[in-house]
Amino acid sequence: MTMRKVAVIGVGDTKFGELWDASFRDIGIRAGLSAVEDANITAEKIDAVFVGNMSAGRFIEQEHIGALIADYAGLARDHIPATRVEAAGASGGLALRQGYMAIASGLHDIVVVGGAEKMMDVSDVASAFIQSSAADQEWETELGATFPSLHALIARRHMHEHGTTREQLADVAVKNHRHGSMNPKAQFQKEITRDTVIGSLMVSSPLRMFDCAPSSDGAAAVVLCPLDQAKKYTDSAVEIAGTGQASDTLALHHRRDILAFDATRVAAERAFKMAGVAHKDIDVAEVHDNFTISEILAIEDLGFFKKGEGGKATEEGRTSLEGDVAVNTSGGLKARGDPIGATGLAQAVEIVTQLRGKAGKRQVKDASVGLTHNVGGTGATAVVHVFRRF
Amino acid sequence: MATAPRFWRQNQSRYNMVGIRCDSCGRNFFPPRAICPVCHRKSVGKMVPVKYKGEGKIFSFTEVHDGLDERASLKPYTVAIVELDEGPKVTGQVIDCEPCDIEIGTRVRSVLRKLSEEGSAGVIHYGYKFVPVKGK
Repeated sequence: MTMRKVAVIGVGDTKFGELWDASFRDIGIRAGLSAVEDANITAEKIDAVFVGNMSAGRFIEQEHIGALIADYAGLARDHIPATRVEAAGASGGLALRQGYMAIASGLHDIVVVGGAEKMMDVSDVASAFIQSSAADQEWETELGATFPSLHALIARRHMHEHGTTREQLADVAVKNHRHGSMNPKAQFQKEITRDTVIGSLMVSSPLRMFDCAPSSDGAAAVVLCPLDQAKKYTDSAVEIAGTGQASDTLALHHRRDILAFDATRVAAERAFKMAGVAHKDIDVAEVHDNFTISEILAIEDLGFFKKGEGGKATEEGRTSLEGDVAVNTSGGLKARGDPIGATGLAQAVEIVTQLRGKAGKRQVKDASVGLTHNVGGTGATAVVHVFRRF
Repeated sequence: MATAPRFWRQNQSRYNMVGIRCDSCGRNFFPPRAICPVCHRKSVGKMVPVKYKGEGKIFSFTEVHDGLDERASLKPYTVAIVELDEGPKVTGQVIDCEPCDIEIGTRVRSVLRKLSEEGSAGVIHYGYKFVPVKGK
């Protein structure tokens, strides 16, 4: 059996941030509806829905998210399959991959993939506790680790082995806030300086408040169909040319090397091979910068820079809008915001927008191949997609 | 927060640093697991519990300022990945020292301490933490 090629024919998202006036189902429907309008399809066309969500059970005490979203999308009478997908921070990316497989296999023709998280209805303390469950609850969290502290352990060791500096970590946040200042959907649209980062509150040394992505409410969605049917709906379809997913040990301390996310490397290799591209072909990339150190690891593990040189490359501006590869043009998790289950879809929305040439002030000139990189936990799950202008 | 039975099941490893060795390849793992990730099915039935000495060195560390609620009274506190002499790495707190007293490579040994408690009248959970080995 040969697989069918898959295209994105519509994208939609909400603003990310503190959305006090909107519930989980409100934001899910807003994003889905705008993606469906963008794709120019009617509800009867939708064959299936996948929803990426990490922890609605603990954030809003609601499980059974698939049926909930299909219901409030007005699809209850159509009885379509609606499936929730979970892999902590990689939930959205995995949902996209499930949608891809449903189309590629020939099972469905039109699939809506959404991602949503409503984080602001709980306190900061409760939110931190929920986020820590992406790590190993029994052998990391119970022993005193927090989610930021695990990334701090990576940062300290990266500085020790590779000479990465405190300033280089700050440069990731400075760049992503600058990109976010050009994104009207971003949670933070203000530029910051190195001093903002280095003078901010200590969270877990060496990481400070401005090294960490915020808690956010938000949702994002895409509409997928077979590539050979895309022209029926839109002139601005974007092909998903490759998909790769990989797993690794749940606990950070069990990794072959805590300074390399092997799951990222393997997922990228699989996606690149499928798409017939290499890292040097990527014009624009949305990578999983839940902490500044995470972006440095990502740009190394994806192959853009040698291991240990990610900090230097960032300092030299090689990952900025005007650099060798434009990384996190949306502002990334750091500035656009990180509503966990929505993040993987928000990345896809940004890359499709870039490849359509519709990214406004943050547009990467002549972008034709883009990449999304979504991580769960401290790298136990990674998913990479390659997008191509069509 | 783990309930009493969830915690109690792991007491052998938490109290006594009992890990497991694969008799097929000789590799050590902590905490115990049923299958060796190198030998796969060949390891089934050949995983042997081993009590570790509880000594090792700091592989990386961080001072946690923004910890979870139940450890609020400890803040800031130090968390490290410790590389045990038997091979496995574990995550745990480093206590009885200032963060400036330790660095990557500092020798530590495990001690039994209180990890957390379930409210003022609930079960107290104990387990390993690490202290620097003086003079090393």
